[in-house]
Amino acid sequence: MLDVREVSVAFDRRPVLDAVNLTVQSAEVVALLGPSGTGKSTLLRVVAGLLVPDAGSVWLDGIDITEVPPHRRRIGLMFQNEQLFPHLDVAGNIGFGPRMQGFAKAQVATAVEELLALVGLEGFAGRRVANLSGGEAKRVALARALAARPAVLLLDEPLNGLDRELHDRLATDLAAILRATGTTAVLVTHDHDEAATVADRTVVLGADTA
Amino acid sequence: MDLDRGRLTRLPRWVAPALAALPVAGLAVFYAWPFATLLGRVLAPSSVTDALHSRGIGRVLWFTLWQAVASTALTMVVGFAPAYVLARYRFAGRRAAMAIATVPFMLPTVVVGAAFLALLPTRWHGTAAAIVVAHVFFNVAVMVRLVGAMWAVLPTDLTAAARTLGASPAQVLRHVVLPLLRPALLAAASVVFIFTFTSFGVVKLLGGAGHPTIEVEIARRATQLGDIDGAAVLSVVQLLLLAAVVWWSSRWQRRATHAFTGGRSTRVARARGERRLVRTVMTATTLAMLAPLVVMVARSFRSSDGWSLTPWRTLGDSEVRPGISLGIDPLGSLCVSAQYAAVATVISVVVGGLAALAIAAARRHGRLLDVGLVLPLGTSAVTIGLGMLITFDTAPFDWRAAWWLPPVGHSLVAIPFVVRSLLPTLRAIHPDQRAAAIGLGAPPLRAWYEVEVRRLGRPLLAAAGFAAAVSLGEFGATTFLTRSGRESLPIAIDRLLGRTGAVPRAQGFALATILFALTAVVIALADRGEAADARRA
Repeated sequence: MLDVREVSVAFDRRPVLDAVNLTVQSAEVVALLGPSGTGKSTLLRVVAGLLVPDAGSVWLDGIDITEVPPHRRRIGLMFQNEQLFPHLDVAGNIGFGPRMQGFAKAQVATAVEELLALVGLEGFAGRRVANLSGGEAKRVALARALAARPAVLLLDEPLNGLDRELHDRLATDLAAILRATGTTAVLVTHDHDEAATVADRTVVLGADTA
Repeated sequence: MDLDRGRLTRLPRWVAPALAALPVAGLAVFYAWPFATLLGRVLAPSSVTDALHSRGIGRVLWFTLWQAVASTALTMVVGFAPAYVLARYRFAGRRAAMAIATVPFMLPTVVVGAAFLALLPTRWHGTAAAIVVAHVFFNVAVMVRLVGAMWAVLPTDLTAAARTLGASPAQVLRHVVLPLLRPALLAAASVVFIFTFTSFGVVKLLGGAGHPTIEVEIARRATQLGDIDGAAVLSVVQLLLLAAVVWWSSRWQRRATHAFTGGRSTRVARARGERRLVRTVMTATTLAMLAPLVVMVARSFRSSDGWSLTPWRTLGDSEVRPGISLGIDPLGSLCVSAQYAAVATVISVVVGGLAALAIAAARRHGRLLDVGLVLPLGTSAVTIGLGMLITFDTAPFDWRAAWWLPPVGHSLVAIPFVVRSLLPTLRAIHPDQRAAAIGLGAPPLRAWYEVEVRRLGRPLLAAAGFAAAVSLGEFGATTFLTRSGRESLPIAIDRLLGRTGAVPRAQGFALATILFALTAVVIALADRGEAADARRA
């Protein structure tokens, strides 16, 4: 269970998050909606540990992780523009998390194969990431985030920049994959349909948060 | 349609060759000919075997190599933190810190040598360690510039992604940052290696007799031992080694540079640890960069009995004690350097300007001139000086005593910089601008003048500043071309600091202070010209 308590962040004294609360149950997918500038991405960065909040705390399964560095949090983040590692191929990107956690080569390879199958990219292992299409890059980014086996997966507008048809198909796939893996997830989006397709519950930031 | 427009706006055929005539002639007489003479000397097989079998040569080669490797490795390590902080963080005083970290690279080698003579305790003088430390000071700027430029476009989200996938900061560095910076790291390493491999001024001042690099050994053989053949062989050996390094590094650098998307790359430090890092690294860098120069200035006010203005007051006086002459006129060298700089600047700006216009006008054939003009830069200054010394020694070309030969040598070194700084401006001019001028009734030549030549005003001013800075600090070629009684500032500094006695040494530091101040002013002016031009464009 993820629990965000009274988190506040200000940039140059301009408050972006003001005492925000958010609770996400295990295996629940919550969509964060809200107009731009309400600090949705900032909140994800605080939860991931990339940004230190000025006040408040973040709890995971009853443990305060506010001071825990990002690589020990078991919280994954899928970025808006994927941020795939350009010097690694598809397999290298997906296997990055397991490799950093010290898994053996054979185990990493198995994990990569499983995830490629899960996101529907069998046979892509040796591809260069620069040559992927927009939709393929999103799938690789999702596979890479899941491969690290995060306790909570954060998705920052993960389907941005795709045409409508591809967007809708990927949204359905994303919903299915999150269900199939039982992943606890927080999805930031500004698209109500996407929120309805992917999430169990929708929270509007800026309004009273639950 | 496009072809037609091209034909109508094209310059008359004779323009590009006419522009190129002077630069090509200059290059042929003052670079190609001396170079050919040098090669001619070396091609006599006896001189090669003599030189390579002469005693101590293995030691010189070995020392040159290992000090360059050590200097390069240490520069990479030391320069890493400032390169990171300056590329990644926005903070108050960032521009000043950037200037302090990068200006040493533009300083004359003798000033850096003098600064470390002043800073380091006497038992360090003449040691390899002193040379390496000064080289690091000099070249940290290369790391900050080359590696920093690449780091600044690496999205922070890319490293953030690695962190959320479970990579510790050390793992991020090893598996993400270093592989992505590899092209810049290789470029920086090869630049630093080339500079330290051919280092002359710093080694001559700090290394003493015990630690000659190839460059210093060439000068010693040619000017002190009269062993011109040996010097020539060494300079060709050095050139071949350098060519191998350049070829090897350009092969490596051609591999994979990546394009990055999205995400900011500089930010304000927020976490306490980050703020401490920025503060610590910038304080340490600033102190390390300023300390040698500050101590050098301070030492110019020291005589044997404490603080004193005597070294400065006696600068105009070549007598140490009544009747005993120093053999060097310190203040006179300032006038000599000013003359050299003025002449070299005029030559560099005229020839470099013509060359840049010719390269831009000739388009495809321009490449050849472009490459030809960069060659002197790849040839060490000492080699250029040596070539001129052995070429212009017979009538009617006995120009060794000519007052204009040193500034011509300086120009050879400065012109590539001038051309490099002008070409981007010319290449940024859209061809349609000339077409527009023609459409408004200007004949092609007039349109070219109005659109391209007049555009060079401010950039030429900046180029003039850099040419003056190069000439003021030039030491390698000048060593060969100088005449006694007409020493330039760097030569006079070297001689004074080589003396025993507190007053001459303090005078050496005083002259180095003057040279430092002059160079700093000239560079600042050039920099402002360049900045103003960038704003206007």
